[in-house]
Order: sequence, then C-alpha cells, then structure tokens
Amino acid sequence: MTDLLLLAIGASLVNNFVLTQFLGLCPFVGVSRRFEAAAGMALATLFVLTLASGASYAVWHWILEPLGLEYLRTLVFILLIAAVVQVTEMLVRASSPLLHELLGVFLPLITTNCAVLGVALLSLERQHGLVESLVFGAAAAAGFGLALLAFAGLRERLETADVPAAFRGTPLALITAGLMALAFMGFGGLVAR
Amino acid sequence: MNATAILAAVGTMAAIAAILGGVLGWVATRLRSDPDALVEQIDALLPQTQCAQCRYPGCRPYAEAIANGEADIDRCPPGGETTVRALAALLDREPRPVDPQYGATQPPRVALIDEDRCIGCALCLPACPVDAIVGAQRLMHTVIAAQCTGCELCLAPCPVDCIAMVERAGDQPGRAAA
Repeated sequence: MTDLLLLAIGASLVNNFVLTQFLGLCPFVGVSRRFEAAAGMALATLFVLTLASGASYAVWHWILEPLGLEYLRTLVFILLIAAVVQVTEMLVRASSPLLHELLGVFLPLITTNCAVLGVALLSLERQHGLVESLVFGAAAAAGFGLALLAFAGLRERLETADVPAAFRGTPLALITAGLMALAFMGFGGLVAR
Repeated sequence: MNATAILAAVGTMAAIAAILGGVLGWVATRLRSDPDALVEQIDALLPQTQCAQCRYPGCRPYAEAIANGEADIDRCPPGGETTVRALAALLDREPRPVDPQYGATQPPRVALIDEDRCIGCALCLPACPVDAIVGAQRLMHTVIAAQCTGCELCLAPCPVDCIAMVERAGDQPGRAAA
C-alpha cells in the first residue's frame, strides 16, 4: 500500500510528466486557454491513460511476451492507445457535445500525446505489475491534469494582465510553463523514485 | 528472421487490430441510439431563426428541450404549421396548432431599416443572431434581406424605432429556403 502511494506521488508530483519529463506538451499548451476545456482534457486524459496503461500491461504480458514478439510493442501500444482514444471520443460526444466542441481536435490528438505512450513504456521498463501499472497511469494522468489546470488558471488570469507586447500570447505561456517547471522541482527528493 | 516469425508477427497484429476494431464497432452501435442523434434531427427541422420566441435561447436548446420531453412541439411561430407537422411526424405525435402564447404565426417577414431615421448607433448589430445587419458607428445600417430570419430581435434595442418588419417579397429566397 505504501509502495503504491509512493509510486503515485512519484509519478504525479516528483516526476511530473509535463513539467519534469517534458512529455505531453502539445495538449498542455494547446488546451490550456480555457479552464473548462482544460478540466475536460484532464478528465479525458485520466480515462485514456489509466485504461491504456492497463491494456498495454495485459497485451504485453499475455500476448507479446509469450509469443516472443517484444519488438512489436511500440506499434501495438500505439494501436491500443488509438482505440482507447476513439472510445473516449465517442463517450464524450455522447455525454457532452459542448465539451466535445471545446476540446475539438485535441481529443483525437490524445493519441499522439507522448505521455500516454511514455507511461506505457516506462511502466514496462520498471516491471510494474497490473495494479502498479494502473496506479502509475492514473497518477501520471493526475499529475498531467494538475499541471494543466494550474497552467490554465494562470493563463486565464494573464489574459487580463497588462503584458508588454513582445511577451503577449505564446511567449508568456511558455515562460509561465518554465516557471511552473521550476516550482515543481521543489518536489524533487520527496520520494526515492 | 524466418517466415514463421514474420507470419506470427503479422498474425498477432492483425488479431489485435481485429479485436480492437470489433470493440470500437460495438461501442459505436451502442452509442448510436443516444438522444443526441434525435436532437440533431429535431434541430434540422427547426427554422434556425434563433428568435427565442419559444423561451429558449435558440433553436438548438429548444431541440434539446423537445428531445428531453421538457417542451412541446407547438412553440415555434416562425416555423408555423409546417414545422409542427414535420416534428409530429418525426416524434410520432399528434400535430397541433402553434400555441399563440409564443407569438403569432405569420407570413415570413424581414426587418427593414428606415435609413432616413437611422442614427448609426450600431446597437442593433450585436442583437442580430445571424449577423444580417451591416453597418458601423455613425454610418448607415442596412439589413441583408436574404440573411434576415425575421426574428424581430433588432427591434427592441433601436433607440429611434427606425426598424420595421415588412413582408418578405415573393422573389426573395428566405434563409430557411436557401
């Protein structure tokens, strides 16, 4: 239990996928302009990441490894992620057309969110069990969501701030992200892994 | 690498892809009977005047209300009898006349700005749900008749009451007809 908790803290805060490992930056910058969209994106990513992480564990341990097809993992994982994202998209469209519109093209683009593939591959490399894989995936997604929501909140405030012309828009967003990454370094050394 | 290994790899990929495809297809069929498709169908039948006479902010919210059973089909004066009949057929209900409490059904009309009296205040521009009014501050405004839905929403904001509703000329194609 303690192990799982440490794993979760490690994946969400200490080794935050966005701000420490710099994975998944595309939706981080793309969907952080409005807080509601960011919240939807965080939820969708949580769903996709947890499911994809569990599914890739199952496929790896029950199909690829017994058949000696380890070298197919990248291809198969991308296939799995694409399928999970499609299911998520259908669910979001059915449950909330408004959110579907807000997320727009970024919802299918979760497929290319490298954090999702990164979690699956890292989880494999660290030889996690099924439960550990699921916790790792959910915690990574929670960390992603935390960073995304904080960033979206900051950007919404910056919209009304009086910013020098040269910094307006994307430059300021990237500087903000850099400062957040610095702040997240404060979690370093909180847990061993 | 020998042929068996290649076959095993291709076969495994194909099997995984087939299973995932099957799951996706199953989910898609399960979700197709969702109420959204109905909302889309109802929305397509409404005149898209966005006039809010039904007491909903626009045609789509009204379509959602009909789909959820919150509103009856007799609230759309611009659509008139035609719309009610189409909705009744779609939803398998009895057609009924439009409830007069939501406004009188009348022949299609368009807004006309009396350009001698228009003071160029631009207050009617944001009121128009379909951006059918052209104009700018202290410049003459006019209505693009082909785009006007006759929703009357521009009448209230006009400080000099220079907008009148006139009957749409027969040779002017309406927005709904276009």
